[in-house]
Amino acid sequence: MQYYIVELSKYAIAFLMVIYTLECFWILKRKEDNNRTGIFIRQGVEMFLIQFLAYLSMCLQTGQIEYLFFYAFLQIALFSTIVLYQMLYPAVNRLLVNNMCMLLSIGFIMLTRLDYAKAIKQFFIVVAGLILALIIPFLVEKLRILKHLKWIYGLAGVAALGIVLVLGQVTQGSKISYTIAGITLQPSELVKLIFAFFVAALLYKAKSFWQIMVSAVCAGIHVLILVASRDLGSSLIFFVGYLFVLLIATGNYLYFGAGILAGAGASVVAYYLFGHVRVRVQAFLDPFTVIDNEGYQMSQSLFAIGSGNWFGMGLYQGTPSDIPYVESDFMFSAIAEELGGIFAICLILVCLSCFFAFLKLSMRLQDNFYRLVGCCLAVMYIFQIFLTVGGGMKFIPLTGVTLPLVSYGGSSVLTTVMMFAIIQGLELIRYQEEPEDEDDEE
Amino acid sequence: MLQRKKKKKKKQEEQQERRSNRELYFTGGFFALLFAAMIGYYAYFVQAEGREMINNSYNSRQYILASQNIRGTIYSADGEVLAETLTDVEGKETRTYPYENLFAHVIGFSTKGKTGIEAEANSYLIQSSIPLSSKVENEVAARKHPGDNVYTSLRTDLQEIASKSLGVYQGAIIVSNVKTGEILAMVSKPDFNPETIVEDWEKYVENENSSVLLNRATQGIYPPGSTFKMVTALAYLRQFNGDYTNYRYQCNGSMTYGNSRITCYHGAVHGSVDFISSFAKSCNCSFANMGLNLDRDIYHDTVSDLGFNESLPVNFNYSKSNLTVDDGVSDEDMIQISFGQGSVQMTPLHLHLVTNAVAMGGTPMKPYLISQVESAEGEVVKTFKPESYKELMTAEEAATLTELMTAVVESGTATRLKGLEYTAAGKTGSAEYNKVKEDSHAWFTGFAPAEDPEISVTIIVEKIGSGGDYAVPIAKRLFDAYFGL
Repeated sequence: MQYYIVELSKYAIAFLMVIYTLECFWILKRKEDNNRTGIFIRQGVEMFLIQFLAYLSMCLQTGQIEYLFFYAFLQIALFSTIVLYQMLYPAVNRLLVNNMCMLLSIGFIMLTRLDYAKAIKQFFIVVAGLILALIIPFLVEKLRILKHLKWIYGLAGVAALGIVLVLGQVTQGSKISYTIAGITLQPSELVKLIFAFFVAALLYKAKSFWQIMVSAVCAGIHVLILVASRDLGSSLIFFVGYLFVLLIATGNYLYFGAGILAGAGASVVAYYLFGHVRVRVQAFLDPFTVIDNEGYQMSQSLFAIGSGNWFGMGLYQGTPSDIPYVESDFMFSAIAEELGGIFAICLILVCLSCFFAFLKLSMRLQDNFYRLVGCCLAVMYIFQIFLTVGGGMKFIPLTGVTLPLVSYGGSSVLTTVMMFAIIQGLELIRYQEEPEDEDDEE
Repeated sequence: MLQRKKKKKKKQEEQQERRSNRELYFTGGFFALLFAAMIGYYAYFVQAEGREMINNSYNSRQYILASQNIRGTIYSADGEVLAETLTDVEGKETRTYPYENLFAHVIGFSTKGKTGIEAEANSYLIQSSIPLSSKVENEVAARKHPGDNVYTSLRTDLQEIASKSLGVYQGAIIVSNVKTGEILAMVSKPDFNPETIVEDWEKYVENENSSVLLNRATQGIYPPGSTFKMVTALAYLRQFNGDYTNYRYQCNGSMTYGNSRITCYHGAVHGSVDFISSFAKSCNCSFANMGLNLDRDIYHDTVSDLGFNESLPVNFNYSKSNLTVDDGVSDEDMIQISFGQGSVQMTPLHLHLVTNAVAMGGTPMKPYLISQVESAEGEVVKTFKPESYKELMTAEEAATLTELMTAVVESGTATRLKGLEYTAAGKTGSAEYNKVKEDSHAWFTGFAPAEDPEISVTIIVEKIGSGGDYAVPIAKRLFDAYFGL
């Protein structure tokens, strides 16, 4: 009996995930409210079913009854989030609320399986984040002063990054975190949000070449500090985020092209300048010949993905813990191994549907400042996913960033929850701009 | 009025907005494409390389599978068990090989690392594809699941003949089905007993010169000797557009060029020879003469086309054959190369592939050993179909080489295969491996029937004498057995 449940739930989870993902894209196309409500509720049911099956299967296999309690608390937290958002903000984007909860729950399933203690730790941070996230849309909507704080954003961002560079702890050869009062912070995560506001504030009225140069220099300072801290992944995310916002703000593909060229040139320089960049490139080009050293992590990630095949080995049937730093940097590979390739591809598509929802919202925003904030967050979000997922499967060299909402890491998950909340705030602003126009919008 | 103005303004704004959203569509499209490529790559990786990932010895997942499933059985084409795992009453598993030494290299072993088919098919053998209901039954009874069974193309009768024919000599034999690429027999001597490999291991590893564990058929690197004249002949045909009718040479049994002097095998004097008789009688002097006059670039291209220094289309371990012909090669070296001595190094497997190319009109089938994988309950898990390899030579070139190889049987060095119920074609070789001219490896590579080839053989017997005397009779025995004579 137990065997049936464990084995069948594997296929049921993949099936539910496929349905959920299809509905994400279906909704992106739909307008009429009554039809959509049904789908949102169905998505919620699928989300809870997936978690139920996963936790049941884990509980049966390990005999750990406490997993079921954890499951119960998790459901309460997610369910309250979905309900409260709707009650507080009728204009909320329900697809994004669903997706946020879905990604969080996938992360919790995998984290419980990998390291239960970390799952509990993460749970408290997520709950705090979710509570904070209930207020943020209100703040974003009301605090119109946000438009005018550009130099405060700039200073705060540079200061936060600078402190890490000077005082930070070295992990894996990079200075990315520091500890205050026993809590380890990774400021580059939170600065992403500030950076989006900063770039938008600099560019939303910028017309002259001079203004654009100022914005480029300011963004460059952020990126350079991150490069100096050897936080390769974050520096790329900031760089690409800025580049796309610059394009959207100016409509000038020349700037965009010049930026790409500069980025490519900088990458070549970084390759020759930094040993850790060369190591990553070598592990990318041929992980198996250097499997004992540089290529170990990469090879193990590929083993995980390859062994998982399409339907996965099943929870607790694989060995994702063989991958060093699996719960922060290789969550995708762990998911691919135990939940399977179909599930993993759906996961990527769910993230992509969030990105499209961000963009769609930005398109409809009249106010250029908020429009640019939305774009910057969208690009930074999707590019981070590209870096971590593409890196894990050896599509691109590895940069070691988290999979937002899914990976273990307090700063990362907190930042992304807040990012989704800011987007909900933008949704409110859009609703105010044209509440009655909703139906004839494209 | 005011309202109108307002409306106009709004319209203007909308226009502006619509224009500027173009970059947003670009952004969305850019990342959509990027992700499409990434997902495509992921799907390709899972489909094409997933299984290989499990087989990597650094992947600990295979040990998990091994603890859940009993390693599957390996069968011959005629349904005999070649390797199976027996479990005694205490649950102790033993891998047994009923034919002991006979299939040593080609089946390999799984207890001291993995080699041969035990390695190639490992990911199948350790997985169990029985239906869920059977798995549940096993689970309840606390039994391990039976792994998937692997069916090979190997035939026990041909394998036995090949092994007995080599006797106490070192060497290797490959027999295959020309039309499918299936390998019917593969023998390497000296051999070992895979059942006792753990106990014997020290003995083999202690002696650094011991090459018992080496599969000579796929990994042994030999001078190909006169069998390599197939390659020189092919280069000649390419240089003269297939026209060989004008070729003549006067053989005196030896030839002197600069400081080097070469002789035909055992100093035979072949007299006036044309292209066909040079090949049939295996006249070294004539081929040395031919090699000297060949364009190095054409020769180099011919050698590359045939797969020297390159990968072969097989899924098992093998060595690459080596040969570089460029301007740095002296005339003296070129003379040696043209009849397969000097710097030419070749594996029996590679020579076999070239022979199969001739037999198949230029495009050989990819050699393979595993024909099917089935679950323990007989359900087909995977079937391996014959696949064509690339064109190594044109159909005309293959036809001319077949003509030459038929002449070897009819009027040359392999007349022991003449006048039988079937027609054969092939090339002998007597490769010198040291300075003492009398010592040589005996080679034969060929196929039958010559007009519509079904079976091909490649044989090397080390340090025994001439190919015509020692390798050709083995080929005859194998052909006879294949045709049921």
